[in-house]
Amino acid sequence: MEHISKDTILSVENLQVKFTLRGAVLNVIRGISLDIHRGESIAIVGESGSGKSVFTKTFLGMLDSNGYIDGGHVYFRTDDTGASESIVDLTTFQSEKEWLTIRGKQIAMVMQDPMTSLNPLKTIGHQLEETVLLHHDISKQEAHERAVQLLTDVGINEPERRCKQYPHEFSGGMRQRVVIAIALACDPRVLICDEPTTALDVTIQAQILQLIRNLQSKLNLTTIYITHDLGVVANVADRIAVMYAGDIIEVGGVEEIFYDARHPYTWALLSSLPQLGIKGEDLYSIAGTPPNLQMEIKGDAFAPRNPYALNIDFVERPPFFDVTPTHKVRTWLMDPRAPRQEPPEAVRRLAEGRL
Amino acid sequence: MQAEEKKVLVDVKDVTIQFGSRRHPFTAVDRASFQIYKGETFGLVGESGSGKTTIGRAIIRINPTVSGDIIYDGKKINGKISKELDREVTQKIQMIFQDPMASLNERAKVDYIVAEGLLNLPKKLSKEERQRQVSEALNSVGLLPEFASRFPHEFSGGQRQRIGIARAMVMRPEFIIADEPISALDVSIRAQVLNLMAKFQREFDLTYLFISHDLSVMRFICDRICVIHKGVLVELAETEELFAHPTHPYTQSLLSAIPMPDPVREKKKVLKVYDASSHDYSVHKPSWREIRPSHFVWANDPEFESYKN
Repeated sequence: MEHISKDTILSVENLQVKFTLRGAVLNVIRGISLDIHRGESIAIVGESGSGKSVFTKTFLGMLDSNGYIDGGHVYFRTDDTGASESIVDLTTFQSEKEWLTIRGKQIAMVMQDPMTSLNPLKTIGHQLEETVLLHHDISKQEAHERAVQLLTDVGINEPERRCKQYPHEFSGGMRQRVVIAIALACDPRVLICDEPTTALDVTIQAQILQLIRNLQSKLNLTTIYITHDLGVVANVADRIAVMYAGDIIEVGGVEEIFYDARHPYTWALLSSLPQLGIKGEDLYSIAGTPPNLQMEIKGDAFAPRNPYALNIDFVERPPFFDVTPTHKVRTWLMDPRAPRQEPPEAVRRLAEGRL
Repeated sequence: MQAEEKKVLVDVKDVTIQFGSRRHPFTAVDRASFQIYKGETFGLVGESGSGKTTIGRAIIRINPTVSGDIIYDGKKINGKISKELDREVTQKIQMIFQDPMASLNERAKVDYIVAEGLLNLPKKLSKEERQRQVSEALNSVGLLPEFASRFPHEFSGGQRQRIGIARAMVMRPEFIIADEPISALDVSIRAQVLNLMAKFQREFDLTYLFISHDLSVMRFICDRICVIHKGVLVELAETEELFAHPTHPYTQSLLSAIPMPDPVREKKKVLKVYDASSHDYSVHKPSWREIRPSHFVWANDPEFESYKN
């Protein structure tokens, strides 16, 4: 564990997660390695079913009951009182009691749909106080003050009055702010946002993303965004990891991914954004469907849908090639023997700033 | 499209829609007026609760109007109309919904879902003819004929939305109201559905009313865009004109919120928050005015002067 560098808060090593479903075994996460640095904001991007949510759920011990970790490690640097810093391996956790030292306190999560993550029968104030009381040994009065403070922090006006209201009295954007307030109630160090704005309007989405961004720098949070839409993370992420079929196929700084993507799947995701489309022409769409995870995947998982696929893509899984020290990509196209491929036109236009 | 050959297909004139009891009415749409030309894609954009869906549903005769006229192809279709006209409208105007799971009957098989509209045609079709049209419609949206005997839950989100489109297309409509058809879908599936809609427009000269909150998608697909805020239309212009010269402060705030897949530009972005109280309509009443050629904005006299500069 000593090899984990000082600024790494979460270090995933060759993580494998499997699910049993009707007697069959699904390989949902196929050997992911990723370091997440303290205070950064990283976005995990992929289609539905790519395993992006499952991947982050392993940080919280929230896998569904038919899922299990089949190999690998998730090292987490705990920081209780500053001096007593230690590294724990989250994959060794067995009991709920162990998880409670991490979940909420160290790593918190904001879910996609704010209506289903709040209790409709209890006031917002009650739900906030409940969370605060569970983790801190303080009086009810202090908990209430803390709840009011949290609501103020997430930009809700008249927090005293709002505390007495129920979730249905809040709009979608306001509800998501409340959910963020609850997630922040125990001063977590890592905040996982699972599609935090998919259910929201564009104007509200921009406000919520800005709020998370502000809170991140104010509280020195490490944030992990999960999303299917590359378009929304350009503003909020420092780094982007692109997932496909349970594997990270490209990871790099936000500008490296948007202006210098190398994996055909990242190209495909970028080209299918309507923002990059040309009116009157068809938008690029990825042919075929994601692979069946019951099968053993041979070679590059994206190869059957990849117009740039090489013969080797169907035979052997590509290793990671370094584009820069921070930008890694898993495609045979980066091999020196591979023919040179130009990225598709929409991606080139983006890189040249001709939107 | 040339100006002289524009034919108005849908004409919404001063339409007001209210909900609630007569004593406590809630005005969801307030005197909305706009025209949709044949063959174009007309976008209606606004946030949730702005009344954009309500207008769409009024055109397809689900929501009753309190006042105003909706003229379709020269005939008034709101309020009380004859049975024949109702049938004709039901066939010619179709709708695609946002949530493909909620809008499909989960206890019916796909062939019934798609064929249901055909059962009510004035001209009765034989069973074989119906089946032929259903499989043709499924084929045209890229679904295999054997899917006809399956239930909606057996499909992915993108496939379900295709079923919804097949159900609309089987009626051979002229005008389709697409209410947030891609909001619930993944980015890669969105592209497929948008391409499919564009294909049908080319093949059948369809007219679309595209309802959404996402201007980035609308810029790609719409010819003209109308912005609605709290039941009031605030701006209407051709798409590129609207993006080049957004006039109303609400439009500007919507445009500033569009996420761009460009980190350098995004980091420089300033988010504008719209403040409805910035308008003072106590003395000068606002009205619908043309600020540039075919670019309309909701403003009163002093505002109109300031928008012009």
